[in-house]
Formats: sequence, structure tokens, C-alpha cells
Amino acid sequence: MEKWYLMTIVVLIGLTVRWTVSLNSYSGAGKPPMFGDYEAQRHWQEITFNLPVKQWYFNSSDNNLQYWGLDYPPLTAYHSLLCAYVAKFINPDWIALHTSRGYESQAHKLFMRTTVLIADLLIYIPAVVLYCCCLKEISTKKKIANALCILLYPGLILIDYGHFQNIYNSVSLGFALWGVLGVSCDCDLLGSLAFCLAINYKQMELYHALPFFCFLLGKCFKKGLKGKGFVLLVKLACIVVASFVLCWLPFFTEREQTLQVLRRLFPVDRGLFEDKVANIWCSFNVFLKIKDILPRHIQLIMSFCFTFLSLLPACIKLILQPSSKGFKFTLVSCALSFFLFSFQVHEKSILLVSLPVCLVLSEIPFMSTWFLLVSTFSMLPLLLKDELLMPSVVTTMAFFIACVTSFSIFEKTSEEELQLKSFSIAVRKYLPCFTFLSRIIQYLFLISVITMVLLTMMTVTLDPPQKLPDLFSVLVCFVSCLNFLFFLVYFNIIIMWDSKSGRNQKKIS
Amino acid sequence: MAALTIATGTGNWFSALALGVTLLKCLLIPTYHSTDFEVHRNWLAITHSLPISQWYYEATSEWTLDYPPFFAWFEYILSHVAKYFDQEMLNVHNLNYSSSRTLLFQRFSVIFMDVLFVYAVRECCKCIDGKKVGKELTEKPKFILSVLLLWNFGLLIVDHIHFQYNGFLFGLMLLSIARLFQKRHMEGAFLFAVLLHFKHIYLYVAPAYGVYLLRSYCFTANKPDGSIRWKSFSFVRVISLGLVVFLVSALSLGPFLALNQLPQVFSRLFPFKRGLCHAYWAPNFWALYNALDKVLSVIGLKLKFLDPNNIPKASMTSGLVQQFQHTVLPSVTPLATLICTLIAILPSIFCLWFKPQGPRGFLRCLTLCALSSFMFGWHVHEKAILLAILPMSLLSVGKAGDASIFLILTTTGHYSLFPLLFTAPELPIKILLMLLFTIYSISSLKTLFRKEKPLFSWMETFYLLGLGPLEVCCEFVFPFTSWKVKYPFIPLLLTSVYCAVGITYAWFKLYVSVLIDSAIGKTKKQ
Repeated sequence: MEKWYLMTIVVLIGLTVRWTVSLNSYSGAGKPPMFGDYEAQRHWQEITFNLPVKQWYFNSSDNNLQYWGLDYPPLTAYHSLLCAYVAKFINPDWIALHTSRGYESQAHKLFMRTTVLIADLLIYIPAVVLYCCCLKEISTKKKIANALCILLYPGLILIDYGHFQNIYNSVSLGFALWGVLGVSCDCDLLGSLAFCLAINYKQMELYHALPFFCFLLGKCFKKGLKGKGFVLLVKLACIVVASFVLCWLPFFTEREQTLQVLRRLFPVDRGLFEDKVANIWCSFNVFLKIKDILPRHIQLIMSFCFTFLSLLPACIKLILQPSSKGFKFTLVSCALSFFLFSFQVHEKSILLVSLPVCLVLSEIPFMSTWFLLVSTFSMLPLLLKDELLMPSVVTTMAFFIACVTSFSIFEKTSEEELQLKSFSIAVRKYLPCFTFLSRIIQYLFLISVITMVLLTMMTVTLDPPQKLPDLFSVLVCFVSCLNFLFFLVYFNIIIMWDSKSGRNQKKIS
Repeated sequence: MAALTIATGTGNWFSALALGVTLLKCLLIPTYHSTDFEVHRNWLAITHSLPISQWYYEATSEWTLDYPPFFAWFEYILSHVAKYFDQEMLNVHNLNYSSSRTLLFQRFSVIFMDVLFVYAVRECCKCIDGKKVGKELTEKPKFILSVLLLWNFGLLIVDHIHFQYNGFLFGLMLLSIARLFQKRHMEGAFLFAVLLHFKHIYLYVAPAYGVYLLRSYCFTANKPDGSIRWKSFSFVRVISLGLVVFLVSALSLGPFLALNQLPQVFSRLFPFKRGLCHAYWAPNFWALYNALDKVLSVIGLKLKFLDPNNIPKASMTSGLVQQFQHTVLPSVTPLATLICTLIAILPSIFCLWFKPQGPRGFLRCLTLCALSSFMFGWHVHEKAILLAILPMSLLSVGKAGDASIFLILTTTGHYSLFPLLFTAPELPIKILLMLLFTIYSISSLKTLFRKEKPLFSWMETFYLLGLGPLEVCCEFVFPFTSWKVKYPFIPLLLTSVYCAVGITYAWFKLYVSVLIDSAIGKTKKQ
């Protein structure tokens, strides 16, 4: 590529922004006794380094699961172990059993931040660059601009480098991205291997599992289940099983081990949602306290049904007509359904939706930018708690400017560019006056942005009334949830009406 | 929606570049800041709480006011905004005070003042001829120039990490240069006079301004062969120029003249008590001179030419003390540096006088002045290299030869700023930003001049690539060796000497190209 130097510049800008954000505070800085996610990550290094594998997930006198017990899959634990070895080399105090609890120092912060940067540099960033280079039908300049926007996405930067997520998102999302890359470039085996690694790094990646499954299944069907398709299916199954077995090998020795890990990974007894999440249940909770009214198992069933129903159409469509474009959109809509309806969702899980949205940035720049802004906004209460206001505002503005200049998004609001052409044609058969769709969307965008700006300013400057201490954070969640619902509908419309237009075009040509 | 489009500047690359770098500056707020932060806080306090008569006498803090009066007034104005942030920072006795609000205010004041710099860059971009318009935006000289100036690595780390107010001062300088390009000489002269009373370091380039204005503005016509036509001398122009400079100076120094404090002010502005070199040797001629002295003394000791008892202790133990004592070579006095500087500047001034080549010639002379005084000046700071780098950026997009000199100069000059930031969290920032700027400048200028001969010879390439291993040795390998305790100064020494070689080379090459150009100009005209 003749413009390699611009791509290098883009990566360097992304790295610079990441590192400057990491100079800020992290979650739970100087807040004993529990501290925050930063301490969790350090604690896991302590546990994995000092205890034998068999005790990692079990409660014991050395491993108090109430104090940031390990609750992620084995790959995370291995990663912690690796970091622990490096930590041991630099300063053994950082991971000393028991005594290192709540350890905080400038040098240690530097070390932790560096581990994130290195993981990011090795896994996520190469995947983004490669993905953008593999995009078809756009100019080199656009590819570079696309990479810049994805790398500047503030949500991921703020959570990984500011808040300090208890598990490096860049790793799990990076593996998922490698998976997407592999699967859409027809390296199905490598793709599914990468995706298995992602799941084994962070169980939340299951949000993406269904589209992967459907897409690959669809591909097998397309090749014919009796011939090549069957071979592919068997190969895929072998890869998946093998990678899972490899990752879980130390825990397969006893049944109790495996079960305990699973119990730690899926803590059903934690409730329908935690803190303030911008999903349906938390927003609905404002009107009706479902969390307290309904028994736990009904909540579980209810959330399962809603999730399943909302993602069913897109998945069926993907099995029937597997295409890499449809695959990306299905990833978005499935992840969004999970985020909105499923059980025990964290506010940070929105990043799982943001990643596939980043992938469609070049196809629907206007809507993607909008969504990514909302997703960052939905984490505002969390970011404010970590004193990350300044970097949040700055990176969000930088991202917005990058998107506006590289895609000129405000000129791309026609029905065609929103990919709603075939939908509105279909509606116009029944409602001939249905011509105002793109204008409505523009107005919605304006309203949404203005609400977000106003709410941010209010949250920062005003004190909430004494009776309602959580007023602003609930409002933030509610507004974001409304936005997300709208996006769910929008993405489903795109998926459903997608290939009809494709078929029509083929007929015309 | 249309309003939004215009407001955010769709497709307007310049505002995107400027906004982008401004946001980056905001991100740099929590980084390390040097004692200059306290210097400026102290000046805020002095100007806010004391009467004018006390400004240049106040000495509670060791960081006394040593900039010209306009800068003091600037701090005075800032202090009236500062009081809404934190009243405490305006107390003279509140030494080393840095609350988070103080930090925020000071950092934002630098970022805000950079608006002037952005405006100046915009004006400069209008001045350069856009003949070589490529197809792509990123290949246009204007685009490249604005990135080179707005995203300048040196300015970013000196102003927004180390903490100083260079941005708007360089803004004034670039603006005055732009005015000269636009033939608005009076404005240019006025701006430069104002600049001189903000920070007197710009005196280094004053000869270029003086000679250029006298030669190309006060003499209205040339003979056909380009030599001077004495009869065309315009008294009106000289007098009006003089009046402008006089009025600005009167406004600045007048109050202190009235208070009879002028000697005190000047004694603060020009402290000759400091040593030849700064604690960290700026990479100039004297760094090479000192290094040579050291090498000679070591050799002398080995071969028993020198008596160890006669060697001053300081020079052998650290080499980083302010007063450097030479052991073999003669020690250097301020007068000697002054004479060297003058001798170095003179040829370029002669070129400007006898062979005026319009504003571009002026710009080359200005760069040479800045670079020569950097090379030979007394107690030069490494930051002063920016004085040459920024004007040189304007030249670099015009000619391949200038571009190659510019790239050597900036890369080594910027690298020599590395010791300014020595804390661990800033290490990745400086490396990333340096890579960002260097890769961009080299590749974009290479693309711009791809039809001409390669920008670097193999030797230059080798030298520039050597900076990488040097950095690795100094900051990653050396701290883990046993020499760290015994010879802590080695990394600084290496950096300084290595960069001095590059900068001397760039200075020499630029001088040669200026002299050759004017010679060619003469023969062509004849």
C-alpha cells in the first residue's frame, strides 16, 4: 500500500491517545477496603501466581472469593499469570500473597497500564488495521480514515485505559475481531479458532457467538450438507472442541472443578441487573420494581425469552442467506439484543455492541457515529465515578471530529445512504406519503445529541435532589436505553430488507 | 443540519487539524510539568499582588521575573482570570503551590493562547505558493505545512508537557513573517517589535528583520543587476518604521524608565552569571567543544601528559555542573561567544543585503540567524532550537534541498529535547509523538518531492537511523548497567554530542546552500 505511512500515523495517534488517557485516575483509586476493578486485576495476578491451578476458582483461606474472586474463563487467568511473572521480576511486593492487597503506587500503575497497552498493541490494533485494509470497494484514503475512527472510539479507550476494566476488553474484542476477519475472508477455521479464544477469555463474548454460529452454519448449508459443507462442518466442530479442551485442560481433571468454574462464570444469583445499566430492565425498573416483585427464576426465563425472540429473525435470515455484510449487521443486532434484554448485564457490555458497529462504520457512517456516541454517553455515570470527565469529553469530541471530517456524515443522510431505501419503498406501497424518513432521522439525531449534551452538563454541574440521589444516572440510562431500542429496530430493518434490494438490483442488471 | 455542518467544518481540513491538536493538548493536561510551571505561577502572583515598581525587584521566590515588560503585563491580565479559578495561586509567598484548579487554569491558558498560533499558521499557509497542487489533499504543500507547524513535536512537549508559553509567541513571529510575505511591512515590523518585548530571546533573529526591512522596504527599487539603488531610499519609510519600533518600546519600557528602574530590568533580562552551557548541554558547537575537552583530558590522563591533581574535580565527576571548567582547551568567556555568534551571523546578513531574494531569502537568513546563535550563544537552552525549526518549516515545503536540511534539523533538534521529559509515564508519550512527527514529516516531504533526487544521502540516513539505537541505549539499557551510579551523565552527554553533530551539519549545509544560491543568482543576473 502506497499510503502505509498514513496508516502508521493513524496507529501512532491511537496509541498516543490511549497512553495519555491512561495517565488519569483508575477505578477505585485510593478507596479501601474494596478498591475497584484495578485492584481486581492485580488481585488475580496475586492469586494465579501464588496458588496452584486447582484452587484458583475455589474459596479458601488464601483465596477469598468475596474479595474480587476470579470470575472469568481460564484464558484470563493464564494472562494474569503471565503478567504476574513480569510483576514478580520487577517488584515481588506487587503480587505477594495477602500483604499486597490494595497495593497502589505510581510504578505499579505504570506497570498495569503498560500491560494493557501491550495487549492492545499485540491483538486489537493489528486486527483493526488489517480489517480496514481488507475492506472492499473503498479508496485507500477512506480505509485509513476508517481505521482512525475505529482506533479513536472513546468507549473502549476510556474503559480499558481510564477505568481499568477487570478484564482487558481490547484482548477479547481483538480476538473477536480476528474471528470476524477470518470468517469474512473465508479462513473459517482460523476465524473460529480466534473466536473460541475470545470466548475463553471473556464469557461475555457469547453475545457474538450466535451470529458466528449461524453464519458458519449458513456457509455449510450453502456448500451443500452432503459434500464440501459437511467436511467444513466437521472441521469447524473439531477446531472449536479442540480449542476449548486446550483452554480448559487443567479444569477437566475433576467434575467439581469444571462445575465450579462454570458457577463462577455465570453467577445467576447476582440478579437481573447490577448498578445502572442502559438496558430494558433497569429502565423499566423506574416504573415498576420488577427486580423485587418477580421471583428470580421467572426473571431468568423472562429475560431469556425476550432475548431469544428479539434476535431470532436476524439469525434465521443469516442462516438462510449468509453474506459477510449480513453477518456484521447480525453481530450488531444480536449483541444489542443481549445487551438490552439478557440477564445480569454490565454497563461496560455495551462495548460488545460497539465493536461490530465500528465494523460497519464505513457502510452507514451517520448511524454508526451516532450509536458510538450514545454508547460512550451511556457509560457516563461510571466514568464520572472514576474522575474521567475530562478525558471522556476530549476523546468523544476527537472521535466526533474524526468521523465528521473523514466521512462527512452530515451529507450522508439520504435514505439510500442510511440503507433504508428498500424499506421505505416497501412501506410506500401501503403509505404513499412516507417520504420523510431521512428528515425524521436527522431530527432524531439532533434531539438525541442535544439531550446527551444537556444531561452531561447537568450531571456535572448540578447536585441531584436529596430524595433522588441517583436521578441523573437513571436519566442517563433511560435516555440511552431509548436510543438503543431505536437502534435495535433500525438494525433489524436493515437486516430484514437487505438482500431484497440486492436481488432487485440483480434483476435490473 | 446545515448550520451544524458549517460549524463542525465538514471537509474543512484545517479546522479539523487545529481542533485535533487542541484536543490532544487537553489530554496532556495531567502530564508532568517542570519548574517552569512554578515560575509562571510566581509571575502571576507578582504581577497580581504587587505594584509595578516592585515587579522587577521582588525576589521571594528564586524564579524572579526575567522576561520583558509585555510578558509581565500578559501575566497581569491572566491573573485577573486566574482569580476566578483559585485565589491562592496569586499569593507571592505561596511557593510551589499547585492545586488542581491552578493546574487546570495554567494549562488552559497555554492552550487558549495557542489560538494566535493557529491563526498565524493559517496566514502562513496562504503565503506559500500552491503551484504544485497534487490531486490528493494530503499531498498539497499547504496541508503538509499546517501539519508540520500545528503538530510540531517540540512545541507540543515544551508548551504542553514541560510548560511554557512559546505557542503564542511563535504565533506572533509567524504572523509577522506572513505579513512580510504579504508585503504588509509595517504590520510585520510592529508585530516583531511587540514580540521582542514579550520575550527577548527573539533578539537573535532581529538582525535579519532589521536588514531585510532596511534593504527591501526602505529602498524602493533595485538596479537591473539586483544591486542597491541608493537614490531610491525613502526617508518616510525609515521614519515610520523607526516610529513604530520606538512607540512599542516606549510603551513597554517607558514606565520603568519613569521609575528609574531600567538598569534593574536589564540586569534581570540578561543574566550573564550563568555558565557557558545549561545543565544539559544544548546540542551546539560548545557541546562538541566540551566533549572534545573531555576526551582530550581523558587521553591526557592516560598518557600521563596531565597531572591528575591539577584537574578541576567538577569536570571529571559529573560534567553537569553549571560552571564547566575546561581542562585542556581554553575556557570560553561570554565575549568570545558573542564574537563567534556575530561572525557566524554576518555572512547571511551580507547575503540578505547584497543579494536580496524577496521574503524567501529573508526567511533563510532568519533561520540562519536563529541557528547560528543557537550554535554559538552563551548559555543556550535546548528549547531555543524551535526558533530555527519553525521558520524552517515554511521553507521545507518549497524546495527539495531545504526539505532535506529541514528534516535533519528537526529530527535531531526534536530528539535533543528528549531529556526535558525524564519521568517514566511521559516516556511513551515523547517516543510516540516523536515517531508521529518524524514519520509524517519525512514521508510527506518525500512524497511531495518524489520526482526529485532522494532527500537523504546514505550517510544522512545512517545518522538519522542511529537516533533509534541511541534512544534505546540511553533510556532502556543504560539504567540497568552498573555505570548508572558511577557515570550518571553519560546518556545526556551522548545525546547532546550526537545531536550536536547533526545540527552542526544542518547549519553548515544550510549556510552552503544560501551562499551558493546567492552566487548563482549573481551569475544568472549578469
